[in-house]
Amino acid sequence: MTTTSVFPKDPTWEGEGTSRIPFWAYTREDLYKKELDQFFYNGHWCYVGLEAEIPNAGDFRRTVVGERSVIMVRDPDGSINVIENVCAHRGMRFCRERHGQAKDFLCPYHQWNYSLKGDLQGVPFRRGVKQDGKVNGGMPKEFKLEEHGLTKLKVATRGGVVFASFDHDIEPLEEFLGPTILSYFDRTFNGRKLKILGYRRQRIPGNWKLMQENIKDPYHPGLLHTWFSTFGLWRADNKSELKMDEHFRHAAMISTRGEGGQNAEVVSGVDSFKDKMTLNDMRLLDIVPEAWWNGPTAVMTTIFPSLIIQQQVNSVSTRHIQPNGHGSFDFVWTHFGFEDDTPEMEQRRLIQANLFGPAGFVSADDGEVIEWSQEGFEQKPAHRTVVEMGGFEVEDTDHMVTETLIRGMYKYWRKVMGE
Amino acid sequence: MSMIDFKTYFELLNLYSDYAMVCDSAEWEKWPEFFMEDGTYRLQPRENFEQGMPLCLLALESKAMIKDRVYGVKETLYHDPYYQRHIVGTPRLLSITADGQRIHAEANYTVIRTKFDGDSTILSVGYYHDDIVRTPEGLKFQSRLCVYDSEMIANSIIYPI
Repeated sequence: MTTTSVFPKDPTWEGEGTSRIPFWAYTREDLYKKELDQFFYNGHWCYVGLEAEIPNAGDFRRTVVGERSVIMVRDPDGSINVIENVCAHRGMRFCRERHGQAKDFLCPYHQWNYSLKGDLQGVPFRRGVKQDGKVNGGMPKEFKLEEHGLTKLKVATRGGVVFASFDHDIEPLEEFLGPTILSYFDRTFNGRKLKILGYRRQRIPGNWKLMQENIKDPYHPGLLHTWFSTFGLWRADNKSELKMDEHFRHAAMISTRGEGGQNAEVVSGVDSFKDKMTLNDMRLLDIVPEAWWNGPTAVMTTIFPSLIIQQQVNSVSTRHIQPNGHGSFDFVWTHFGFEDDTPEMEQRRLIQANLFGPAGFVSADDGEVIEWSQEGFEQKPAHRTVVEMGGFEVEDTDHMVTETLIRGMYKYWRKVMGE
Repeated sequence: MSMIDFKTYFELLNLYSDYAMVCDSAEWEKWPEFFMEDGTYRLQPRENFEQGMPLCLLALESKAMIKDRVYGVKETLYHDPYYQRHIVGTPRLLSITADGQRIHAEANYTVIRTKFDGDSTILSVGYYHDDIVRTPEGLKFQSRLCVYDSEMIANSIIYPI
């Protein structure tokens, strides 16, 4: 008699396709570590923040690349440095404030001191301590300050957005994004100064890839999210396009709001659709088209592996994926506006922000369903998902009734991971 | 420091405890009734508040908008069901107008979340900062600002704090 196990002994991904994703792709700690190395620490630009967060020389903000704590700091020469928050001496994460102003960085343990570029400037007792006519201790004569700086990341900025990479051989940011995704990136970050409106943070108990998939999945918003289906913000009968870069790792979901209301094709039998729903305070959906949209009312862009760029009507944000283990990630939202916003437009962005974030009318459900997905994966990792809406292929489309972007991401994932 | 008579202070205590009980007993439709028609409810992470950034987790700018949130909680948000329990500290009077019509007060709070198959865990810790108005129906909030220390939210916040 043979017993079957839900815990795969020798997990292999059958066939070449990516329409059936093994649950173990979300549950294995060894794969997760490999993802950190392959996606977050090599070959990819990761989001670290916005230039507007550190406008003045010495302004810094602590953030992460993958699980690695880094500091984004404005250099006196106006450029931006990103350095790893691990002291070269004994490995301490020395920077504890989340943001602030600094002339240099000091590790409190033994007072090693670093410039804003991460160069080691001084070590106490380097030449020893004189006592009773002799010199005690000190660093060996071979010790060179320049060999013990902080780990420096390569930095790229575009349109006020800051990316960093531990991999100094990485391609330029523009090539990394590719021309299609770059054009949608530039649509939002077109050179205007950004104004930071504030932050929202949530810890979601699910694999980090699920958040990328959530914003590569145009199938769910008109179903899970009542507000999107009922008010026509995002649903299957909206005019839409899905586009990817040549590697299928990044994507843009582009959509133009419809009138909402009844269309039996897309809302009949949909539990979340509320035909009679009206708002008591219409300011929640006081949408004013902006010239820079160039038509679409929503463009949701996924930059693999760490960033989602949101434009949903007048609400704009970056969403930073910060993994911490195979089954959890922190999701940090930075909402912003533009320097030329009127006070009315800023207020509109703030009110529409009620739709998004960890309590949002729309986005709160996304964190919930990711948690529930992870629970299902952990329960029987030998099983697999079925991502076959719109077929088996990976292709750009002119509609949103498809899961092609998820299939595309896993095509890239399999190639890089060798699974 | 302004003085407050015992009757008014007793009303203030009742306002705080009634509000907490409504939030904890899932009678969401009673929640907007604590607010003036143009009353506001804001739930804001402490980091934004202290840096002077306006973004809130929720910024409900009228009683009507608070009603829209109630509809969302009851009808449109798919979420794990949970119990919640508010522990609200004794309100601290900041000021009261001479005619007793307007009270400025604050109080610490803790909200404990209990999911059906899980432990009771802290969902949010912070303080209320309130502008309260006397009306014929009793004390109501002109504004309630909840500033929370628990900036890293354990996935989501659905029910009112």
